[in-house]
Amino acid sequence: MELNPKVPSGPIEQRWDRHRFEMKLVNPSNKRKHTIIIVGSGLAGASAAASLAELGYHVLCFCFHDSPRRAHSIAAQGGINAAKNYRNDGDSIYRLFDDTVKGGDFRAREANVYRLAQLSGNIIDQCAAQGVPFAREYGGQLDNRSFGGAQVSRTFYARGQTGQQLLLGAYQALECQIHAGHVEMYPRTEMLDLVVVDRQARGIVARNLLTGRIESYAADAVVLATGGYSNVFYLSTNAKNSNATAIWRAYKRGAAFANPCFSQIHPTCIPVTGHYQSKLTLMSESLRNDGRIWVPVQNRDRRPPNQIPEIERDYYLERRYPSFGNLVPRDIASRAAKEVCDEGRGIGKHGLGVYLDFAEAITRSGVAVIREKYGNLFEMYERISGENPYEVPMRIYPAMHYTMGGLWVDYNLMSTITGLFVIGEANFSDHGANRLGASALMQGLADGYFILPYTLSGYIAAAKLDQVSLDCPAFQDCKSQLTDRVKRLLSIKGERTVDSIHQELGKLMWNNCGMVRNECGLQQALEQIPRIREEFWCNVNVLGGEDEINQALEKAGRVADFLELAELMCLDALERAESCGCHFREEFQAPDGEAQRDDEHFCNVSAWEYTGDQRKPVLHKEPLKFEYVTPTRRSYK
Amino acid sequence: MHLTLHVWRQKDTRVKGKMVRYHADDINPDMSFLEMLDVVNWQLIENGEEPIAFDHDCREGICGSCGMMINGVAHGPRRATATCQLHMRYFKDGDTIYIEPWRSSAFPVLKDLIVDRSAFDRIIQAGGYISVSTGSAPEANSVLVSKQDSDRAMDAATCIGCGACVAACPNGAASLFTSAKISHLALLPQGQPERQRRVIKMIEAMDHEGFGNCTMHRECEAVCPKAISTDFIARMNREYLCSLLKG
Repeated sequence: MELNPKVPSGPIEQRWDRHRFEMKLVNPSNKRKHTIIIVGSGLAGASAAASLAELGYHVLCFCFHDSPRRAHSIAAQGGINAAKNYRNDGDSIYRLFDDTVKGGDFRAREANVYRLAQLSGNIIDQCAAQGVPFAREYGGQLDNRSFGGAQVSRTFYARGQTGQQLLLGAYQALECQIHAGHVEMYPRTEMLDLVVVDRQARGIVARNLLTGRIESYAADAVVLATGGYSNVFYLSTNAKNSNATAIWRAYKRGAAFANPCFSQIHPTCIPVTGHYQSKLTLMSESLRNDGRIWVPVQNRDRRPPNQIPEIERDYYLERRYPSFGNLVPRDIASRAAKEVCDEGRGIGKHGLGVYLDFAEAITRSGVAVIREKYGNLFEMYERISGENPYEVPMRIYPAMHYTMGGLWVDYNLMSTITGLFVIGEANFSDHGANRLGASALMQGLADGYFILPYTLSGYIAAAKLDQVSLDCPAFQDCKSQLTDRVKRLLSIKGERTVDSIHQELGKLMWNNCGMVRNECGLQQALEQIPRIREEFWCNVNVLGGEDEINQALEKAGRVADFLELAELMCLDALERAESCGCHFREEFQAPDGEAQRDDEHFCNVSAWEYTGDQRKPVLHKEPLKFEYVTPTRRSYK
Repeated sequence: MHLTLHVWRQKDTRVKGKMVRYHADDINPDMSFLEMLDVVNWQLIENGEEPIAFDHDCREGICGSCGMMINGVAHGPRRATATCQLHMRYFKDGDTIYIEPWRSSAFPVLKDLIVDRSAFDRIIQAGGYISVSTGSAPEANSVLVSKQDSDRAMDAATCIGCGACVAACPNGAASLFTSAKISHLALLPQGQPERQRRVIKMIEAMDHEGFGNCTMHRECEAVCPKAISTDFIARMNREYLCSLLKG
């Protein structure tokens, strides 16, 4: 396997423009002769589907939801970054680029990140034109707020529902194209495998979730926009149905999986209350603009928060990181919370929580201002916890949230399988070892609206694409394998629910491959995972039939894939013998407890190649060169 | 807590469904309503019975997937709360709870508590967008929007498309859903060029899908998890009349 990132040469500011010019074009009248499959309808998928259809391609778009509008991008709360410098506070494309490379702890590809920063402004223009009701100033201009890891105000937002509004913008553009007949939408249809013909991605096999029918679809290129894999951990802020099946199947068909161990923990989530917990709820990072994070100075201080005097509170982020304070990047805020809880100073019933306190902000700005900014988040918190955050501080704890890892892609967003493009969270490209807040929406939309339409056209124009038939062996074999797999899952009839096995896996991953990792724990996990996998395949109980709506069967298929992916994550975490960004190996820390990177040995992307179920995957390294931002130890002090 | 549930079970669209009684034991008041159903489903699977099927995804009240009639009320007893955000602390030990799918001829039941809401997508397809091809947008701040209009547009745009409004309406009308999108786009300067065409097309689509007519019972507003106001229905009617007159 060859990893050629295909990064254009020349000054970084000019690379994308030059590359766009150098790519071949497809004649407008020829575009409709090309069929493109897009799997996923979140920000990346919907924006790509709409944009490609506008260009004239024939697009087939798939999602497992009942409507494309329900993709999990909808739950993003806080905002979207763009280097507009509307605030005149010193922002620029270069600064957004610099912040993102640094925030990712120097594990992202510079040229990709620069392009992302360059396109950030176009995204805001596009979304505003679609009618996304961004927050406005009294003069009618767009408003901004601050987010972690940046000292400028560059985050655009629509209350605490920015993801929803951006997704609805893309969804409406997609529905417009469906109406025009340029996109065929397949809702409630889940991709189960990728079909590769003559080393080109030429289609997918998917299951109709209503009828259970397994069908094949052929195309000239396949785009995966299927999101991240945080649900490996069972408890995460991802939607319950978010899964890794599409990218995992593509991996098993030859797409390299990059940095699987880079999984982000979000510092501000509502703490777990019991074993029945089905998912975790995030409280937007934007809350850290006004909320102050603290724990009691004393261990196991059980007094209610308002009875703890100021002097006996430890605002530990402000104390340790005076220049960024409560707005340090997510990985740092999460680990700091874990540390104070490990010391015994955590709050709440289980001691796994810290306070996020708005008392000072309310005194300073008044309840009305705080309600205007965060009203819906406060309501959500109250609904879930039963406590009123206007009166008592919120209780928060870190939770699994986002995966920077994903399928390896080159500068054109194409994976190691020719004709297979991967966009949004499903790819690994732009966030390095840690994503900054409000950058996921930016990346998903940059990929879908402004990058893929060019690079995919470049591929189609240059590729030699023979006719493929759904009757060819590649499609037929794939379909029969999947039919067998469904039958096998239904025939086990063991004693455990899919959820109980998923919970077991999640707990193991959280303890051994979560916020803090070490060699011993990872080795242990690598021994345990095959055992859990075996338990699954021998003792899971999936009821119901194959030719009907069967949610247990859907879940079982996804968990089966998580059980394989988990092993690759641990292997990658073990192999990366350094700490960087979210990946914190206990053995590698500086004397002050901060992450200790090892640029000499690990300044690379780790891309794993599948070589068979019984064989260890092969590691390929893409070296990372930093020509513009000099790798330094990140300091938010 | 110990609860008695009566849940609508229906194998598929063709087969007739019925209410089935279940016991939900050891329910913790901190559980969400869907987590309570998860626990019931785990017990069902252990007893070899098929779990209750229901749509759900984000469990944060924003994706709009979940929704069921709980004791005859769409999304249950709490105002402005989607089913996934409803917690068991609002029920009492020993309660009996009736759980049914959305009831509307435009939302056929697919299985148990799952209904087909694709009619909503088709209403949006008819005109619920601003036509702006990728790349053709002007600089964002070149179009100013007053804060008041933007906030009002956002109040409407916050709709999650769950369908509770239709389920609660005695006429099975989709007016709250449709009017929210029409108002969102009509309130913004970007939405002006297609304003008249949009309202006519979307109302046509709404009628075509078999939704009923609005007679202002305002049940929709009462159950809407995003508390969207029926003022938007009045706005839609005005938009429609004006568009017909101008048209």
